[in-house]
Amino acid sequence: MSLEEREARQPVLLLTPAITAVGLLLVVPLGFILVYSFWLRTATGADQAGFFLDNWREALSDPFYRDILLNTLKIAAVTTIVCALTGYPAAYFIARSRGNKALLLLLLMLPFWISYIIRTMSWINILGASGAVNSGLMALGLISEPLPMLYNEATVVLGLVHFLLPFMVLNVFVSLDGIDATLEDAACSLGATRWRSFLEVTLPLSLPGLAAGGLLCFVLAAGTYITPIVLGGPSDAMFANLVFEAIITQLDWPMGSALSLMLLAVLGALVLLYNHFLGMAQLMKGLS
Amino acid sequence: MGAVSLTNIVKNFGSFTAVQRMSLDIPEGAFVSLLGPSGCGKTTTLRMIAGLLDPSEGDITIAGRRVNDVPIHKRNLGLVFQNYALFPHKTIAENVAFGLKFRGVSRDDRERRVREALELVQLPDVGSRYPGQLSGGQQQRIALARAIVIEPDVLLLDEPLSALDANLREDMRVELKRIQQRVGITTVFVTHDQSEALALSDHIVVMSKGRVEQTGAPEDVYTTPATEFVARFLGASNILEATCLTVDGDGVTVEGPAVGRLTLPRERAPHVSGPGPVKLAVRAEKLKLERPDAADTSAAGDLVLDGLVETVDYQGLAARYFLRVGDVQLQAINMIDSHPFAEGERVSLRLRPRDCTLLAGSTQ
Repeated sequence: MSLEEREARQPVLLLTPAITAVGLLLVVPLGFILVYSFWLRTATGADQAGFFLDNWREALSDPFYRDILLNTLKIAAVTTIVCALTGYPAAYFIARSRGNKALLLLLLMLPFWISYIIRTMSWINILGASGAVNSGLMALGLISEPLPMLYNEATVVLGLVHFLLPFMVLNVFVSLDGIDATLEDAACSLGATRWRSFLEVTLPLSLPGLAAGGLLCFVLAAGTYITPIVLGGPSDAMFANLVFEAIITQLDWPMGSALSLMLLAVLGALVLLYNHFLGMAQLMKGLS
Repeated sequence: MGAVSLTNIVKNFGSFTAVQRMSLDIPEGAFVSLLGPSGCGKTTTLRMIAGLLDPSEGDITIAGRRVNDVPIHKRNLGLVFQNYALFPHKTIAENVAFGLKFRGVSRDDRERRVREALELVQLPDVGSRYPGQLSGGQQQRIALARAIVIEPDVLLLDEPLSALDANLREDMRVELKRIQQRVGITTVFVTHDQSEALALSDHIVVMSKGRVEQTGAPEDVYTTPATEFVARFLGASNILEATCLTVDGDGVTVEGPAVGRLTLPRERAPHVSGPGPVKLAVRAEKLKLERPDAADTSAAGDLVLDGLVETVDYQGLAARYFLRVGDVQLQAINMIDSHPFAEGERVSLRLRPRDCTLLAGSTQ
């Protein structure tokens, strides 16, 4: 084999393990789900194989599903905005601190060592009827009855921000860390205040990181089902809860499959739109 | 008072003193270089003038105004960095116009001044491009245009040529001098490269370990170094431990290894006041190598030494020789006439006493 041929083969060889894993663990199961979505669950509980559009018709026409989908997108959007507003300053602080960046990044990753579910449930001990906040306020005599703080949309957003903030901080940090700090000095020497030089130079150059972090937060938030179960009230169900409900509780695999593909399609369309307006190359630049 | 004045400036970083009691007066329109090895405090000094660092002690005035408490964006400075620091997301024209935006310059005026600045740096047609599309040398010209277009009181250059490769660096050096003379702007130039400092400056400030070693015109600093550090840092010098025997109206008589006894004109020993230990500095290019048989025609007063060529460092235009003279090793840099001398060859070294400099013996 000639050198050129070997070199031409190399990328394929290097990609093979990843392609195999993605194929077997993602594409093939997705194919099963797609097939399932056209089956039908009969009244007896058994699945009937075939090509039925009933599940899709119900999922696409019932306003119940549409409202929950819109609510899901709204919660994901609010979560993303809160993550951006709180994560950006933190990322800026880490990127500009001298010497102990590695330690600060380690601290940022620390929450990942604890299970996401445990972290989510910890809010019950803080905001619950006998949680830290209520006990404290009652001990101080400020209130006589525990305040109902849990199980609403705000606590769902709170839990999601708690979960997703490190993703945002990391993405923004990477892009801020790649910006030459002398650019701000140069802007200041030309007459810009620190704040103006941030707005003119640092912020636009860090947008790819902010965009990447935002996309990640939005997609992860929109696909979550644990946070609404643990911290949400009965009316705060998100779309993934419907999938969970259909498949685990009702054992209606065909309907669950159709719903999960619907969510996948919506999020996929959003990613494509995002890609169209911001350019995946920009995101990649922010990540590299 | 000059365009920029530093008075007893001290800068401490924790227990480390980066700049120790520095005073400097830079005349209007002058090109002043801060020259020294890395860690000598030259960049720290520049950053204090720029307002990127606060001096621990002392005063800084720019154009007669004390600026210690004036933030960088109100100092009206032009700052050029080693890595160009152009804004990568803005076009060249936007980069150059950046400072004008904050000075209330109208749009038409802005466009005209940007055009003039780009013409000044001989890149009139790149306004719509992005910094990433220009070469390093072009980017540095744009950085210079961006700094000059705001008509700053002082232009501060932080090793602006260091990131360029050798040939380009020399071109840019000429270009920088041309632009500075044309605009007539007071310039402070930080460099570790002695040839840049010698070629560009009206005044050189040689710094070492946070102190000023010597200040003067390039020729004075080069030909009459005040300290051993300056003698070693600028060019190549032989430093010999010698003893000063007498100081009188005729000159200064010293005795040292290899050179024996010789008498220097008084002005070659400005820092020696009486007998005692001194250092004799001899520039490598002032030691002229000759074939022993040709050495008889010695002019009166020249010192002629016998030496053995130990190592030859061939440089094309010139060669650097390491020679054994008695029990000391000397280096000499001579232009090559036809062939360089060969290793192992016996040569005569000719030295004029007035080309030597006596340094006070107490400096390390």
